[in-house]
Amino acid sequence: MPNDVAIIGVGQSAFVRNYEGSIRELAFEAYSEAMKDAGITNNDVDASMICSAPEYDQQRSPSSLIAEYLGLNPQPTFAIETVCSSSTTGIRVAYSLIKSGLHDVVVVLGFQKMSEISSADSQERMGRGADIMWESPFGTMMPANYAMHARAHFARYGSTEKDLALIRLKAAKYGALNEKAVYRKGLDLDQCLNADVVASPLKRFDCCANADGSSCLILASADKAKEISKKPVWIRGLGSATASLTMSGRDALDGLNCARVAAKQAYDMAGLSPQDIDVAEVHDCFTIAELMAYENLGFAEPGKGVELIQNGETYIGGKIPVNVDGGLLSKGHPIGATGGSQTRTIVLQLRGEAGDIQVPGAEIGLVHNIGGVGVYGNVIILGR
Amino acid sequence: MSFDKFGQVSFTSQTKVGAFVEYLDKGELRATYCQECGRTFFPPRADCSWCLSSNMEWVKIEDGGKLVSFTKVNYGPTGFESDVPYVLALVDFNGVKVFGRINKEVPEEQITVGMTVKAETVTLANEQLSYIFNPA
Repeated sequence: MPNDVAIIGVGQSAFVRNYEGSIRELAFEAYSEAMKDAGITNNDVDASMICSAPEYDQQRSPSSLIAEYLGLNPQPTFAIETVCSSSTTGIRVAYSLIKSGLHDVVVVLGFQKMSEISSADSQERMGRGADIMWESPFGTMMPANYAMHARAHFARYGSTEKDLALIRLKAAKYGALNEKAVYRKGLDLDQCLNADVVASPLKRFDCCANADGSSCLILASADKAKEISKKPVWIRGLGSATASLTMSGRDALDGLNCARVAAKQAYDMAGLSPQDIDVAEVHDCFTIAELMAYENLGFAEPGKGVELIQNGETYIGGKIPVNVDGGLLSKGHPIGATGGSQTRTIVLQLRGEAGDIQVPGAEIGLVHNIGGVGVYGNVIILGR
Repeated sequence: MSFDKFGQVSFTSQTKVGAFVEYLDKGELRATYCQECGRTFFPPRADCSWCLSSNMEWVKIEDGGKLVSFTKVNYGPTGFESDVPYVLALVDFNGVKVFGRINKEVPEEQITVGMTVKAETVTLANEQLSYIFNPA
């Protein structure tokens, strides 16, 4: 297993509905936590990767501003964007910069202040998230395209709206335990099944909570990690893949091929298989996305993902605990910050510092972070 | 005719495959076909990424597609507020997949994955050109 690049510091802001501060201050919250966690200061950093979806930012070229505020001049900085998977793409770039020998310590900072633009502006941008020539003219939305995946999965495998609600109930249970989660209220099955239909068959509680938030990871070379960190968590495998932006370019809608391809790369690089994973964070922007992730990551055979949630196997104590921090559904989904937050959760799990949501004895963890409706897929395997 | 004639809401007007809307105006839904390597493309494209040729011709999309999936959308993006609810769908016409909407007249309960549908060209209330899926 590769032993070249470690994560030596993690931080995350609280994920909230309306952050009362600027994006620079939001970024600082995760940064200061991660830098203190790593025990380093700005002079120890060689470069910064600033990850966000720029359509939400009023500031143009926000990496310049964020790097200045974090005290990271004159080191190089640049923006990284793959929508909802921006910060795991940041990890991939930082890994490459360190592995190449160019840098020893790289900051991966993800942020999004989704409340920075009005709801009307947000709706307008949402419509242009699909192919603007061929699919947006019909009135596409993220929930609608995931809903089409849900309907295709139901039709092929017999999964149901209730199965999706069970996934939401798990998120609600663990979200209530996470003091940084935006949605901490409990939910019951009737509430989930009787909620407003957003895009059939997806209802209100099948959709993740928008939020403002930031995440930060400090990556270091093996030599640096051994020198300054008592608790490095190693990047064992990385996978990254894409699929068509258009729905018409997909072979099928009952899974995400970018996740399958990225997972195979990550497992192969780590020399591990799905059975070796002790705890996972998957991209549950919608409940159907978590169900597809069970199958696309190999935790279940295609069509058998529902058995994992029906039998409680993705809870703590089950075969493969998934999203025990509340996931995007309850913790919240501040686009550019999400992958870094997922990775932070796994790092804390592998250090044994996850508190109420600790999976006992976790040694190997996995992050699955998706951009767009299965357009960009990143899978990362971490180990102690 | 400019490409911004296509769709309930148009976001762009310039493309090399603008003839698509002229075919819609004539009542035809067409794809492009690469004359070098024989691949058919929908959405239509001006250039073949497989053989790097730009030698395309317009071909008709066959009748009788299979519904791959659908969703009834209750909340639309900007420009579609008065249009909801509407049903988005993906249809497979013998390997060529087309994204669009199912006719509003068809109740959601009567729509099933795998059903056979046909594509018909339409002029929308706002005079824009489009196509729509109906049960075959």
